[in-house]
Formats: sequence, structure tokens, C-alpha cells
Amino acid sequence: MAVKSVIEAVREAMFEEMKRDPNVFIMGEDVGKRGGVFLATRGLIEEFGEERVIDTPLAESSIAGIALGAAMQGRRPIAEIQFADFIWPAVNQIIGEAARVRYGTKGVLHVPMVVRCPYGGGVRGGLFHSQSPEAYFAHTPGLKVVCPSTPYDAKGLLKAAIRDEDPVVFFEHKRTYRLVRGEVPDEEYVLPIGVADIKRAGSDITCISYGLMVHYCLEAAEMLAKEGVNVEVLDLRTVRPLDKEAILESVRKTSRVLIVHEDNRTGGLGAEVAAIIAEEAFGHLDAPITRVTGPDVPAMPFSPPLEDFFMPNPEKIAAGLRRVASY
Amino acid sequence: MVRSRNTAATQTRKAAEHAVAEVLTPDVLLGWYSTMVLVRTLDERAWLLNRQGKAAILASSQGHEATQMGAVWAAVRYSPSLAIFPFYRGLATAIATGITPTEALLSILAKAGDPASGGRQFPLHGAVMTPKLKVINISNVVATQIPHAVGYALGCRMSGDPTVTMTTFGDGATSEGDWHEGMNYAGIYKLPVVFICENNGVAISVPQRKQMAIVNVADRAAGYGMPGVVVDGTDVMAVYEVVGEAVRRAVRGEGPTFIEAKVVRLLPHTSDDDDRRYRTPEELEDMKRRDPLKKFKEHLMEQGILTAQLDEQAHKEAKEHVDRATEAAEAAPFPDTGDFYDHVYASE
Ligand SMILES: Cc1ncc(C[n+]2csc(CCOP(=O)(O)OP(=O)(O)O)c2C)c(N)n1
Repeated sequence: MAVKSVIEAVREAMFEEMKRDPNVFIMGEDVGKRGGVFLATRGLIEEFGEERVIDTPLAESSIAGIALGAAMQGRRPIAEIQFADFIWPAVNQIIGEAARVRYGTKGVLHVPMVVRCPYGGGVRGGLFHSQSPEAYFAHTPGLKVVCPSTPYDAKGLLKAAIRDEDPVVFFEHKRTYRLVRGEVPDEEYVLPIGVADIKRAGSDITCISYGLMVHYCLEAAEMLAKEGVNVEVLDLRTVRPLDKEAILESVRKTSRVLIVHEDNRTGGLGAEVAAIIAEEAFGHLDAPITRVTGPDVPAMPFSPPLEDFFMPNPEKIAAGLRRVASY
Repeated sequence: MVRSRNTAATQTRKAAEHAVAEVLTPDVLLGWYSTMVLVRTLDERAWLLNRQGKAAILASSQGHEATQMGAVWAAVRYSPSLAIFPFYRGLATAIATGITPTEALLSILAKAGDPASGGRQFPLHGAVMTPKLKVINISNVVATQIPHAVGYALGCRMSGDPTVTMTTFGDGATSEGDWHEGMNYAGIYKLPVVFICENNGVAISVPQRKQMAIVNVADRAAGYGMPGVVVDGTDVMAVYEVVGEAVRRAVRGEGPTFIEAKVVRLLPHTSDDDDRRYRTPEELEDMKRRDPLKKFKEHLMEQGILTAQLDEQAHKEAKEHVDRATEAAEAAPFPDTGDFYDHVYASE
């Protein structure tokens, strides 16, 4: 086992899959010599050449649409959208088209493609380099949507996404890229999409999250531990399909729930998770299902005090946990 | 290589032919030179503030100054009123529109006094609106401003507003659907828009040959039924002339013009980039020879308009000006969060 960063794990997953399967190729802006703006593809063009590591024109709709076309032909494209904030021109191809190919052709065609994109804030990125658009995609049947939080999960899940027969949108929180390090096995492994993971076992409150926020939840859980409250942190890892069983099992155990995401509140993943719990575990609840989320403003502002105000952090999460604990 | 049949519409202009030479008196040119020196000094200072951890991100306009400033000066001169939809590399555009170095630094340092967005946005993004000159830069998402500019011009036509609209963008931006769709619309309805492509040959690291199968971006204009003009974008006088002509065309109701200004990007893409991964030292040396400030200085000296003494004075004044601006901007407060939720919708 070696300790690696999230970005290293992502790079290794692509490297290994490209070695394993000649149908896998990468396309995106600056993925070649530059190695991607976050260096996720560093060294790949040197290893696999320009034909499998393609610097595309600056046009996201075509990145997704051409990947879709190649996928229908049997290739396994990994399309990189440089920042999640720039995915909007590609939404027509991803949500409008890719998600509907299998259903609309009665299974004659399918789309084994991955759309990777760095997302999330806390990086002084302002309105257009901080967005968390996962809920828009998670709403769409036909897509799978993955949001890993650790190097181990990122590598295992990205490999699964590349091998998946359906389109997967793979959101990598850019703040975790270098901040979060963790052990990654030397031997080959793949993690199943759609399976959540208990990152910290506890008995008093279930704290449900994904991405960067998982780490903030873990910090908040430590604060609460000192106050005698034992928090379980459930990392969804995949936001579509949601791991209902893992959610319900934890809630049945603790009877109290806090859901945390950086995306703004209304219509976010928290709403769906809360609805599942309300529908299927209502009788187990001892407190209202509560959310700590980004605020309902159009995007995360740039200036440090404004960004800090937007971002959920361990203190805000701890305050939420205390509210739920003391109800 | 496929070339459109209308390539004849693409004209190449040299600095030598100046229909507007009469307005370019030695005093005007010296004023331009000092302002270009000021912008360069400010740009270098902003980069330093980034390296000191005080400015989060910057996209430098070094190498683009002649195009950005020449275009604004010409457009202001020849239009009754002007709306500009610039892209993120527009420090020189901003200064040419009258933003002061202090205002620019307030924006770069994300302070409450940022005139464009009060610190909500990346430097110089947002809107600065005056009766005669509007600068609107809603986002740094590439090419989204093209349809905005075209729609603004449509609105002006609908309301009888004689404003000319100008938009600036890079070569990479011309790959986006938004760019093509906006150009097409402007061409069909002959809207009064001046499109300025600041072609520095790269989009972050991607060279133009991987961006399009043509050498001159201006060839694309023919497909949208408008003239495409190529100009040396490191020559401020040449830019002034072609933009002046395009603006007068728009005013006369003859429709849009596409101008491709060939420029150099002297620094990495942004302060977050390291261009040594994709540009050789030789390429960078080569580009420095096309530095618009250096070229303008040499030209003015050859003409006997600029002397070593005047040059020294311009640099000294620029440094003092930028020093004062830095001090003021650093001392200024950050925005507070009291109005964090304001302006999501119209207030009741
Ligand atoms: C829609 C969109 N995609 C990607 C980006 C990231 N990005 C910012 S600038 C840039 C390159 C732009 O190149 P060009 O248009 O040639 O202008 P330059 O920066 O070279 O002046 C890219 C890929 C973005 N801001 N918006």
C-alpha cells in the first residue's frame, strides 16, 4: 500500500485501464502536453500517444457528443470537461442524448462512456470555477453519477466507471485533489458503483454526505465525540443510483439524520435522501431530518469572506449535528 | 486544406495604410504610449500580488494590449455610444474604457470597492455601466458573451438605440457553438456588432492547428456573411484603423465585421498555469520580439516622437501611479456578508 493523493489515484485509474483495454481513450481540453489543468492526465500522452489522448477544440458539446458517438461504435471514451462549470453546453449531449440511447433503441445501442469533471468550491474559484452540478445529472435516469471522496474510492470507482456499459458522470472534487491523501493498494481492484461506505461508525446520528464534505463531516464528528455524541458518517460515493439500503440501515440504527452537501439546498441530493428516509424509515426517526448545505444563491462568490460564508465547514456541520442531537 | 471561396473578403492590413492617420497626432500617440506603459506596469504588479498570495487568480493581457486598447479607443471615437462584451483577458480593455488602476486592483484583490461586481466575481467580471459606455462581462465561461453581444445589439436595434456593440474573445472561443450561433445571427440580421478575435495562437496549451483546420480565423466570417479582416494585433495604430472602419460600418447600418488580431500571449494562460509544459523557451523568445509595447516604443522612437527621456518619465509615472493604487487597494476592506442574499431576484 502506498499513500497517494486523489489526483494521483485518478491518473492511475486511467493509466491502468488504458493499458488493459485498447478501446479506452481520453479526450478533452488541454489533456495532452499540458496533462490537464489539474494534471490528471499528466504523462498519458507520452505513454499512449496523440491518438488516445486527444486535445480537443474548445467546445464541450462536441467533447460529449463525439465521445457518445465513439461509444456507440464500441470505444470507451473518457471525456474530460475541464471544470464542471463548463459542462452546460454539453448537457444536451449528456442528459438529452447519452442517457436515452439504450432506452430509445431498446438496447440495440448503448453508451459506455465516462464524463470526468472537477467540481466544487473552496478554491477561490468564484461563480464559474466552483459549481456543484451533480444534482442536475442525478435527476436523470440512464446516467450514473459518482462523487468519490478519497483516493481509494476515486481509483476503484473510476475503473468501474470506465468498465461500465452505461454513461457515467464522474465528479471529482477539485479541493480534494491534493488535499486528501490516503492509502491505495498496489494490486488491482475495482469498487462497485452504487454502494455507499461507512467512513466512521457511530450510534447516535447518521451524517450522510459525499465528496469533500465527507472530510468535513468526519472532522465535525470528532468534535461531537468530545461532547459525548457518537456520529456515523455515511459516504454515499455514488449519488445515482443511491444506495438506499445503506442509508436506511444506518438510519434504523441511529434514528437521527443530518445530510450535508456543498451544492445549494433546494432540489439538491439532500432532498432526495430525505424523501427516501421519510418514505421508508419514518417510524424510526427521533428528530427531523436536517440539512447543512450551500445557500440558495446562484453560485459561490469569489471574495474570501463571501466564499467562506457560502461553504459548509466542520463548524457549521457540528452545529447542525448538535441541533439534531439535542432535539 | 479547405478554403472558403469567399476568402477574398479577408483583407490583410499593414500599419502603413492609415485612413485615420490625421487623428493620430504625436500627442495622441504619446498619450497612448503612456497608457500602455501604465497597463503593463499594472499587469506586472497584479502578477506580483498573485505571487504574494494576495490576488487569487489573474489572466494577464501582456501581449494583447495593442489590440485591446486600440480597439476600445477606436470604438469610443467612432460610435455614438458603445457596449463592450469583453473576455477574461481584458485588463488593457478595462483601462482603455476608463477603469482606474485603483479600481482594477480593488477588483483583482476582490475588495468591496470592485466596480464590476463588488468582489462577487473574478477580476473585472460583472458590469460597469455609464450612459455612453457599458462594459458587460457576465462570466468567464468561454464564448457565452458572443450571443449576449448579438442580443444586446438586437435590443438596441429594436429600441432605436444607436449604440454599437463590440465583443472580444480568443481563438479558442471560435470553436464553441455559442460563437458560431451568435455570428450566424448577427450576419443574418446585419446587426451592428464588431467581433474582435485576439488570436494568440493557443487556447491554454492547445495550439491553433488542433483548434481549427484553417490558418486565419477570419476565414470563418465568410460563412456568416460578414467581412473578415486580419490585422497585426501587436500594432496599435493598425488595430485602431480597422476597428474604426468596422465601427463606422456598424453605425452606417452595414452590419457586423469580424476582425482577427494576431497577438502574442507573453505569459502563461493564467497565474495558475505553467506554460513550460507546452511552450519551448525559443517560442517564448520569439514572441517577445512581437511584444506590442516594445514595437510601439521602437516605432515612436524611429518617428522621433518618443525620446529616451520621455520614455523614462512614462515608466516613472506609471510606477508611482501603480504604487499609489496598490496601497489604496490593499488598505481597502473586503466585502461583508450583509448583502450576501441580495440580488438573487428583484427585491420586493
Ligand atoms: C466553456 C468553457 N470551457 C473551458 C473553459 C476553460 N478555459 C478558460 S480560457 C480557455 C482557453 C481559451 O483560449 P482562447 O479562446 O484562445 O483565449 P486565450 O485565453 O488564449 O486568450 C479555456 C479552455 C472556459 N472558461 N469555458
